[in-house]
Amino acid sequence: MSSVRVDAVGGRGAQLLRWIDARFPWSKLIKEHASEYYAGKNFNVWYVFGVLAAVVLVIQLLTGIFLTMNYKPSALEAFASVEYIMRDVEWGWLIRYMHSTGASAFFIVVYLHMFRAMLYGSYKNPRELLWLIGMCIYLALMAEAFLGYLLPWGQMSYWGAQVIVSLFGALPGIGETLVEWIRGDYFISDITLNRFFALHVIAVPLALVMLVVLHIMALHETGSNNPDGIEIKEQKDENGIPIDGVAFHPYYTTKDLVAIIIFLILFAGVVFFAPEMGGYFLEHANFEPANALKTPEHIAPIWYFTPFYAILRAVPNKLGGVLLMGSAVALLFFLPWLDRCKVKSIRYRGWTYKLALGVFAVSFVVLGILGTLPAVSLYTNLARIFTALYFAFFLLMPFYTSRERTKPVPDRLVYRG
Amino acid sequence: MTKSAAFRTPLTGWTAWPALAFLAVCWPFTTYAAGAEWELERANNDVADIASLQRGARNFVNYCMGCHSAKYVRYNRLASDLELSQDQLVSNLMFAAGRPDETMRIAMPEADALRWFGTAPPDLTLIARSKGTDYLYGFLRSFYLDDSKPTGVNNRVLSGTSMPHVLWELQGLQRAIFEEMEREDGVREQQFVGFGTVTPGTMSADEFDGFVRDTVNFLEYTGSPEQLDSRRIGVWVIVFLLVFLILAYLLKNEYWKDVR
Amino acid sequence: MTDEKGLSRRHFLTVATGITGGVGLVLAAIPFVSSFRPSARAQALGAPVEVDISKLEQGAMLRVKWRGRPVWILKRSPQMLERMLASATTLRDPDSDESEQPEFAKNQYRAQKPEILVVIGNCTHLGCAPVERFEVAPADLGADWVGGFYCPCHGSKFDLSGRVFAGFPAPTNLVVPPYRFVGENRILIGDDSGVAV
Repeated sequence: MSSVRVDAVGGRGAQLLRWIDARFPWSKLIKEHASEYYAGKNFNVWYVFGVLAAVVLVIQLLTGIFLTMNYKPSALEAFASVEYIMRDVEWGWLIRYMHSTGASAFFIVVYLHMFRAMLYGSYKNPRELLWLIGMCIYLALMAEAFLGYLLPWGQMSYWGAQVIVSLFGALPGIGETLVEWIRGDYFISDITLNRFFALHVIAVPLALVMLVVLHIMALHETGSNNPDGIEIKEQKDENGIPIDGVAFHPYYTTKDLVAIIIFLILFAGVVFFAPEMGGYFLEHANFEPANALKTPEHIAPIWYFTPFYAILRAVPNKLGGVLLMGSAVALLFFLPWLDRCKVKSIRYRGWTYKLALGVFAVSFVVLGILGTLPAVSLYTNLARIFTALYFAFFLLMPFYTSRERTKPVPDRLVYRG
Repeated sequence: MTKSAAFRTPLTGWTAWPALAFLAVCWPFTTYAAGAEWELERANNDVADIASLQRGARNFVNYCMGCHSAKYVRYNRLASDLELSQDQLVSNLMFAAGRPDETMRIAMPEADALRWFGTAPPDLTLIARSKGTDYLYGFLRSFYLDDSKPTGVNNRVLSGTSMPHVLWELQGLQRAIFEEMEREDGVREQQFVGFGTVTPGTMSADEFDGFVRDTVNFLEYTGSPEQLDSRRIGVWVIVFLLVFLILAYLLKNEYWKDVR
Repeated sequence: MTDEKGLSRRHFLTVATGITGGVGLVLAAIPFVSSFRPSARAQALGAPVEVDISKLEQGAMLRVKWRGRPVWILKRSPQMLERMLASATTLRDPDSDESEQPEFAKNQYRAQKPEILVVIGNCTHLGCAPVERFEVAPADLGADWVGGFYCPCHGSKFDLSGRVFAGFPAPTNLVVPPYRFVGENRILIGDDSGVAV
């Protein structure tokens, strides 16, 4: 039958628990969110990235707190203080590499987590709000990464901020005023660094953590989706427990632990053996202090922004590029309503969606690669093609999904134990 | 091709695929390639080679520190990483500095540097991280005579550099040989084919390459001194995680036996 | 039977995984905890300080800073020493048994050379900075005062060797930092390597 509970808690422990429960809903929380939260038993590897994102968030918060203890948010001292952390502070190099690797790891797991939602229709009714909160997390994460990237005050920090902040200048009328307001100065200066620091270490992380709490609350309200896209709540046993569900604890806690350890092995591989990741996690030019008089020869944003950067560069018009780049992100918000198909999981959807999703994934990756390369005409042309495909995926979605020929969806989960 | 012309001639879908394959292959190699005029030789240095680092440190102190600092490197840390005693440190590497716990700063004020070279010689602590070791290995070996320059030399890797050929006594003086050749598109132009010795130096070519390799090796060390520790620790971290993984995997299987 | 065996295996694996995870967390905490220790720069800034005392006159005191703390160097005159030894009757720790000093300074002068006193100028009570009161029998300190240090915060009194008088809140004598003479008139504060006891 179901799990055999090993209650090692002695008499005193049980008493303490009762004392707490009379004053705080501890046991209730554990039940609702772990031991009696039921999830489909057929989760595959795509379902680990949510918990991995939470792990990375913890790593970032923890290492971030320790970095702020030695970092100096001033244009004169920032660069040197990072080297101080790397050399003079005991284990400072490890804390810093964990943070810099964590930033990239965050985007890797979040991109895979989002793609999972697209594979199995996790954004669809009744999980639209869950998806919207998730998108807000993604926006906050992009802001957090961008703000944090200025802090080492290297050449890429400086010129990256210069380019991205200038994007706001494209807005007609208010552009220049807005850019000045963001910088607090007439150029990216000590003042800009100081406020980016404040936003990076307090404001955005606070928002991120609160959004993550909302995300989990919304998830546990609707229940988790699964690779079959079937609502397990619709098939319950006599005790009101979903027949195809297993308790999150201990089944998914133990399974997620395996995933977390595998992730940590890969993470440690990067942190200890290749923290620069060939210039993709830590860009070479950023080991040169910021110099307002000299732009690096080849300036590209860090890899997780390059798909959108490629879209920006594909448009031969400043405002147009900015708007297109903005809509590339904004369209994701509308996914629950663009997708007209009732079937959630890709397992039972028609070839049109499979093809479209494949094209989207390829476009995103290729745009990402193109964004790291110099803007020569061949690459720009390629970027235009894949930008078109990227947008076609979203804009044509109402058409190709409404008349999609889907397969019959079973009542029960498919599980090969 | 103008921008608008490029916009009017997009590649069709299928012609893009070979280009994509090309991109996929080149991707890992693009990092340092941008800006270099021709293939850089590999430096082939080894940061784990302590003897090489010791020689490199000596070279750096004797030939580079006249103008360049390594202001984030602390002498005593250097000594412990390079397995030097306090006496060896003081007598071999510390000529100007006062105390072993100081960093490798130099006395030259920036204003003087600007007057003499037109540009302040950069701090070299992180130069190997920003430029790469192959670049430095190429740069230090590629000075050639050029009367049009105030220093009398030019450089194949960084054309127009304001740095004089500090190592000329060791390497000797060389000239760059250009030959007129035809490019793929049919245009004829002067292309660099190699160096020719004008005055031999005190070192043979191999000795000099070794000298530069040691120096570059030292600069890779100063760029990321933690790598000597991190690789050693990393192995243990991963071994520990693998053991943890086995246990966690068995535990997961144990629980999932319940699920059918 | 099989159920029970399964249960014990499950129990064993749960405990083993839990312990390994706990060990992992402790190991992972080491870098974070260690990062709080004085950094290489702090250590460099806290390195020994060399002081030239050739211009220090008898009865005069020099203040220097070592590791952010005031260090007093007092050149005591023979009269001062004489008065001090004569009045050393009501000290709390006259032989410095409970006080902090290098081994070579564990004597009544609390010094390597009797005339040169080197102490850290923080009261051992709560860290205030005592003031030097070298005059004899001032009105506020009483007729039996032969010169010493007086802490204005809580009234602790020390003699000219930094030894605390009994009946005041400071528990031990003023701390003598490690130091050594690197020349006739040069003191290295913060390093006592090679000083004979």
